[in-house]
Amino acid sequence: MWTIIHKMGSPPWFFRFSGVLVRWLLPITISLLVMGAFWGLLVAPPDFRQGNSYRIIYIHVPAAVVALAGYYVMALAGAVSLIWRIKMADITMRAAAPVGAVLTAIALVTGAIWGKPTWGAWWVWDARITSMLILFFLYLGVVALFEAYENKTAAARACAVLSLVGTVNIPIIYKSVDWWYSLHQPASIKFTGESAIDSSMLYPLLLMILAFYCLFALTVLLNMRAELLWAHRESSWLKQLAGGA
Amino acid sequence: MSPDRPLLSLQAAFTRQFVRHMRSLMASPADVANPLLFFFMVVTLFPLGLGPDPERLAAIAPGILWVVALLASLMVSAKLFASDFEDGSLEQLALAPYPLAVLVLAEVAAHWLTTGFLLALVSPLFAIMLGLPEQGLPTLVASLLFGTMCLTLIGAVGSALTVSIRRGGLLLSLLIIPLNVPVLIFGTTAVAEAVIGGNPESWLALLAGLALGSLALTPLAIGAALRVSLDS
Repeated sequence: MWTIIHKMGSPPWFFRFSGVLVRWLLPITISLLVMGAFWGLLVAPPDFRQGNSYRIIYIHVPAAVVALAGYYVMALAGAVSLIWRIKMADITMRAAAPVGAVLTAIALVTGAIWGKPTWGAWWVWDARITSMLILFFLYLGVVALFEAYENKTAAARACAVLSLVGTVNIPIIYKSVDWWYSLHQPASIKFTGESAIDSSMLYPLLLMILAFYCLFALTVLLNMRAELLWAHRESSWLKQLAGGA
Repeated sequence: MSPDRPLLSLQAAFTRQFVRHMRSLMASPADVANPLLFFFMVVTLFPLGLGPDPERLAAIAPGILWVVALLASLMVSAKLFASDFEDGSLEQLALAPYPLAVLVLAEVAAHWLTTGFLLALVSPLFAIMLGLPEQGLPTLVASLLFGTMCLTLIGAVGSALTVSIRRGGLLLSLLIIPLNVPVLIFGTTAVAEAVIGGNPESWLALLAGLALGSLALTPLAIGAALRVSLDS
């Protein structure tokens, strides 16, 4: 077990390993995305009330789900880097932050696009939307803090502290926003009412969620590889690799 | 350090640190007054921007007072550790044979007493100017007492993270505003509840819980963040 962790901490080993991983993950992700999109956008039946506009959930929901999970991936990597000072954990955290921010933005924008025809407004101060917006700010904070430090080792540790504080706070934020919403707003919008989603719509959604998880992993890995290439551009193992290729 | 002088106990070190900061804060009363003046100024802006209609002002007074309190705490936390960082006393603190988290807590406590605490005490004045009904005043003070404690502690985390960065002020607001959302929600809801004659106790209890939780956990984050800033 420990040898694996130590190996993962070594940049040359990780670079080779992630190369193999990417080679497998890339076709899997693409085929999952294509299958999910085809199934969800063309095959799944239209909603009897919303017609075809509901199909945006096949982008919206997976983006939102993975954006949330991404924060925990980032915070976990931060904790690992803070406790064991493993360099690769730093790089994981730094690679995950912008991906998470983009996914959150996608969820917000697709939500707005769906909200306009369905609720008649681009933006509603609904509990979930507001929580998502705050999650977006949390991600941006990590990205901005990392950029602000000149010393990138210190930057990674500062971001680790920040994302851990954020992690403790996220459940409290979610709960408080939930209460805030139920107190301040009449329940004019029934989002979670009645319908348990029909399985003909659910399966493509699950497939898309899986596809987005793969996409997240793939993007983070590619980000990390780019980061490694840049950080080790002068080192001998990389020159050897480039020379040997 | 001479070996014949025994080490201070942690408690004594904390007290000494606290007294030192209280003294230096008291030495410049203008700095203590500034956040209060800021609070006053921004509260004045709202009637000017929204119109003088007393009923409408009273309805949104809890929100105004709380948002302005949050902004004031944001403003003061930007420079919480700045001077100690520049003159090197933070480095000495980090070298001291005591947990940095505890020593820093003394500084944050002194800081809170001269900002958030005072702000909570004078807030009824501004609340009356905005026409907040009287039954809301005790809750306002109580909620601000607990709430500014959270705001100061969370602000201290942000301040510790950004103290080594030039122009860290704007970054600081991006870092800590999202974390302050629950405090704002609990605070305004407590006051609003008291105004309509409801029972604000559960909200105040939540705020107090948040304050105690931050008191227990944030010093660790502040200490870790300061060490990062000193290393960079």
